[in-house]
Amino acid sequence: MTTRRWGAVAATAALALGLGACGSSDDGGGSGSGGGSNGIKIGIKFDQPGLGLKKGNDYTGMDVDVATYVAKQLGHEAGDIQWVQAPSAQRETLISTGQVDLVVATYSITDSRKEKVSFAGPYFVAGQDLLVRADDSSITGPDTLDGKKLCSVTGSTSAQKVKDKVPGVNLQEFGTYSECVAALVSNGVDALTTDDTILAGYAAQDQYKGKLKVVGQPFSEERYGIGLKKGDTALCQKVTDAIKKMIDDGEWQKIVDANLGPAGYKPPAGNPPTPDACS
Amino acid sequence: MGDILSNYDILGAFWVTIQLSVLSAVGALVLGTVLAVFRVSPVGVLRFLGSFYVNTVRNTPLTLLMLFSILGITYILQIPFSQEASRNAYWWAVVMLAVYHAAFVCEALRSGVNTIPAGQAEAARSIGLTFGQSLREVLLPQAFRGAVAPLGSTLIALIKNTTVAAVILGTAESAGLLAQITENEGASLPTFFIFALGFVILTLPLGVGITSVSRRLAVKR
Repeated sequence: MTTRRWGAVAATAALALGLGACGSSDDGGGSGSGGGSNGIKIGIKFDQPGLGLKKGNDYTGMDVDVATYVAKQLGHEAGDIQWVQAPSAQRETLISTGQVDLVVATYSITDSRKEKVSFAGPYFVAGQDLLVRADDSSITGPDTLDGKKLCSVTGSTSAQKVKDKVPGVNLQEFGTYSECVAALVSNGVDALTTDDTILAGYAAQDQYKGKLKVVGQPFSEERYGIGLKKGDTALCQKVTDAIKKMIDDGEWQKIVDANLGPAGYKPPAGNPPTPDACS
Repeated sequence: MGDILSNYDILGAFWVTIQLSVLSAVGALVLGTVLAVFRVSPVGVLRFLGSFYVNTVRNTPLTLLMLFSILGITYILQIPFSQEASRNAYWWAVVMLAVYHAAFVCEALRSGVNTIPAGQAEAARSIGLTFGQSLREVLLPQAFRGAVAPLGSTLIALIKNTTVAAVILGTAESAGLLAQITENEGASLPTFFIFALGFVILTLPLGVGITSVSRRLAVKR
């Protein structure tokens, strides 16, 4: 009881801190919406072109398509899905407080996250890469970053990894990737680093088409999984089966091509992945 | 909780917060005093400049000023403090914090000037002091003493507003480090409490001190 109450306090604090993250989930308290309806609540990113993007009432991107497919396998039609915004810092809290049933939001499977939530998948293997201006041929990978200005998001895994890999890198950190892209286009920085999927999404945006390119030398492995309540092995098994089916029947390839293809992006080695066993 | 304390340089991050606070507080005090003098000066153009500055800067979001300093001034206007991105962001954060809070310091001082009875300024002029002399010898010393409490509130606001610098400064500063810990370890109550406690330690004694100082320094009339 006490733990649950603290959980609710934490959720409230997280929501308050995350500003504007609210809006969509107003039945608060997580008092089980199971009832008679056949709804499912899925957390996605609302601001990542190519992965999870909200435009008006339309949701597009690879994560959205994967989530829709998986939900269908679980017996939920596309119309029954309630999309909830899941910013990176709030994903664990959204799951553990029951505000969402699944999180499909560029959610890398890591050991420290596994302590708080369970994962099904991976459904995609991304890698950290570099985004540069299309006419810049001097940057071909992390080894060529000497004397270059690099941009990433404050506190992100990508920023930490590049600091480890290239000690003394000249790194500008901003609050969001959009600012990095703006800085890259205005020649303020020479490269932007994070998961190649996210980079491909920006490169494919209409206003940047032809101006930016992904280098294509991934130097890490990010295994995107579907986050769900810790210990719910039954649900995990169902979601894993759905992912396997999606890969086998060719739907996976279609989803990847449709969402990340326009940027000339090819999934790196290791794709399509074999989902881990549920534990 | 123990490993969060040992794995991350939380003290270092708060040290940067303190540096930002002290440097920009000094800058804001100097600039704000100049602006306050502008606003009470007998020259119309200076009064206009002073109020124009205050109304513009006070009504601009600090986040916007921070981003402008990097995306606008450093990248487009090409005026960097340093070629090293983190140094450059650090000094621009100090400048923008000072520029922003100078507007509030100015208004606090002007309210301090307004507590002085008009007769004192008239008396100063009538014994032959120039505007500069009456400001230095009569008005400003009393204005500072009367404005200790609002200046203190501005300082506390400044200390907490240093967290806005995280949008350009990265993880060197406390709010940026909190973002990194949340990214790695997930959101947890102990982490929030550690950072909240850090700010309480910085600001609470300050508030108590300011109240007693303002009471002691208040001009008895």
